[in-house]
Amino acid sequence: MAREQVRRKPSVVVKVAPKPPIEGVLLREGRAAANDPWITLADDQSAPGDGAVIVSLKRLLAEGEALARRPGGKLGVLIAAGDSIEEAAPYLPQLALVAVDFPIWRDGRGFTTARLLRERYHFKGTVRAVGDVLQDLLFFMLRCGFDEFVLKAKDPEAAYARAVKAFSQVYQPSTDARAPAPLQRLRRAGAGR
Amino acid sequence: MYRYDEFDETIVRERVAQFRDQVDRRIRGEMTEDQFKQLRLMNGLYLQLHAYMLRIAVPYGTLNARQLEQLAMIARKYDRGYGHFTTRQNIQFNWVKLIDAPDILSDLADVEMHAIQTSGNCIRNTTSDQFAGAAADEVEDPRVWCEIIRQWSTFHPEFSFLPRKFKIAVVASEEDRTAMRTHDIGLRLRKNAAGEIVFDVYVGGGQGRTPFIAPLIKQDLSSAHLLSYLEACLRVYNRYGRRDNSFKARIKILVSSLGPEEYGRQVEAEWEEMREGVLKLPDAEIAAIRAYFTPPAFAAKRESEAYARARIADAAFDRWARTNVRAHKQPGYASATISLKPIGGVPGDASAGQMEAVAAIARRYAFDDVRVSHEQNLVLPHVAQDDLYAVYQALDEAGLATPNAGLISDIIACPGLDYCDLANARAIPVAQEISKRFANLDAQEKIGDLEIKISGCINACGHHHVGHIGILGVDKHGEEFYQILLGGRADEKAKLGKIYGKGMPGDAVPGAIERVVAKYLELRKDQGERFIEAFERIGPQPFEEALYGA
Repeated sequence: MAREQVRRKPSVVVKVAPKPPIEGVLLREGRAAANDPWITLADDQSAPGDGAVIVSLKRLLAEGEALARRPGGKLGVLIAAGDSIEEAAPYLPQLALVAVDFPIWRDGRGFTTARLLRERYHFKGTVRAVGDVLQDLLFFMLRCGFDEFVLKAKDPEAAYARAVKAFSQVYQPSTDARAPAPLQRLRRAGAGR
Repeated sequence: MYRYDEFDETIVRERVAQFRDQVDRRIRGEMTEDQFKQLRLMNGLYLQLHAYMLRIAVPYGTLNARQLEQLAMIARKYDRGYGHFTTRQNIQFNWVKLIDAPDILSDLADVEMHAIQTSGNCIRNTTSDQFAGAAADEVEDPRVWCEIIRQWSTFHPEFSFLPRKFKIAVVASEEDRTAMRTHDIGLRLRKNAAGEIVFDVYVGGGQGRTPFIAPLIKQDLSSAHLLSYLEACLRVYNRYGRRDNSFKARIKILVSSLGPEEYGRQVEAEWEEMREGVLKLPDAEIAAIRAYFTPPAFAAKRESEAYARARIADAAFDRWARTNVRAHKQPGYASATISLKPIGGVPGDASAGQMEAVAAIARRYAFDDVRVSHEQNLVLPHVAQDDLYAVYQALDEAGLATPNAGLISDIIACPGLDYCDLANARAIPVAQEISKRFANLDAQEKIGDLEIKISGCINACGHHHVGHIGILGVDKHGEEFYQILLGGRADEKAKLGKIYGKGMPGDAVPGAIERVVAKYLELRKDQGERFIEAFERIGPQPFEEALYGA
């Protein structure tokens, strides 16, 4: 039998008109930030003498020392999904912010980048999620050490509040300080870890 | 079996609430179908050819009677009165409505079940041996480790948006009854010389359009380090697995392009950084999970005389006992396979009434323990031999006593073009026709162990690559067409079959299989030489000729 004879279009799909894409809103500690002091510089754009600037990894590697010496200027780096955080490691003590890009929401490389930043390199500055940051990623991002989000959501603060309390228990240790269920069970049994 | 405590209960309930919210947002139009797709998939909800399909996790294939009864209820209330058991030891319902899905998940949560991570690019349900806890050849019950993996992998913060899906299987015996080496990670549990539990770790197996048998990446991994090593394996994959082409995104492609040695080296380097960290398993944690899998309270028994007498008295029972009953580690007990492959039936389907019948039998005779096998059958792992005849009669009454476990009509088939949005050809009717062609039970027994596996497309959900005889449905100029593979095997000697010849239309398939089988019967050394052994000894030529013979 021919494939097309068997195949039928499902009539069960929800039909809703597509809405215009939502612009990202910067969330800091769950609140929409009034302004963002950080400017993301293109590679051919000269750095201002002061102010907070975010540069690409390539530019950090080439000009990092000079950029970090700007008086009164904070420095940040944008880690693209394919970038290796190891390369940025020597500069981390001089950085106040690492922006981790999610080129599309389903590309999960940024989760590993954030965990390495926090757990391996003990980065204490801000780790900001940028790009296609959707509310359903927040729960995972919070557990991986992100603390700022340029979130695309209709009501970003409400979405953030939902994500924070989505799961009151977790199973595995991660960057956040949450005690996973197996550890809590052991503590309860008096065995400790 | 594992029982939820308040931690598991809380997580599963909160998941139901979260999904209800996601469905609401989708219905209100706050998400695109593409954005919703990944979320619903992470709750096992697929959009198929005709309807939504909900895939429910059966962790390592273990169910109790109450869960089975709840599945029966769901089949009646939300579906068309039946469910389909899958090659991943799960169950799926093929006719659910989007609007009902949150209620179904809530009903599942009532019996400690869920659909978490039954789809999506995350770590899926960990599979295992359907005879776990009963098999005489196991080192220990592998489900202890499956449960530890289940908890670690549930909503993993780093690995919920992998390049592609990720499947782990755990075996604890020399004999592999899980097709372990066709998984992204296969774990073989062993005891080392000091008597400690260790793992051999195979990474990068898979079927689909580019099949691989997983190479051994790490030997003798100490059990305390299981999770840190898995995390290292996944981290290397999450960073370096391909994301530009979904057909090349599985870990098998990364492992084969780096080479197993280089992949293993990268994992080792990552693991060195974290092996002594927070993921190191304390003995007390392992012991706490192990306690859930202590064997049931078996009575001290000898080989049953009643069983022997019933076999003599009832030839049909004797036949079922020969094919569907398996030796147990405990004297006087046995494991029984409940075939979901009636002659001419749909492989893996069970009606609500059948699920209830199995639940009642399990409660009365089988320590409330039912398993799903990757061959799409059910198993009662622990039955006293004294009770086997009663179990058989009850199964027979429910139409569940087909004596064909492991025989030619015990066919694995994917849902195919009857249901699946990806399929190129139907698989179920081909399985049904082959099954009818070999309906004669004496002939089936004479043929012996022969695994036929049918997929309706190159994604290979029907495991055609590792069937002794594999059948692959393709779309040839808009018509269904079937290619035949020979020589694959899914066991501890795992091997990929090869395609022979140019393929054939569906109605020619049963005849071709019949000729290959006749050739085998003609050429085998004796009745003890199985089809696959004869094929490996003789080589493909006579079988290939038979396939396309006059």
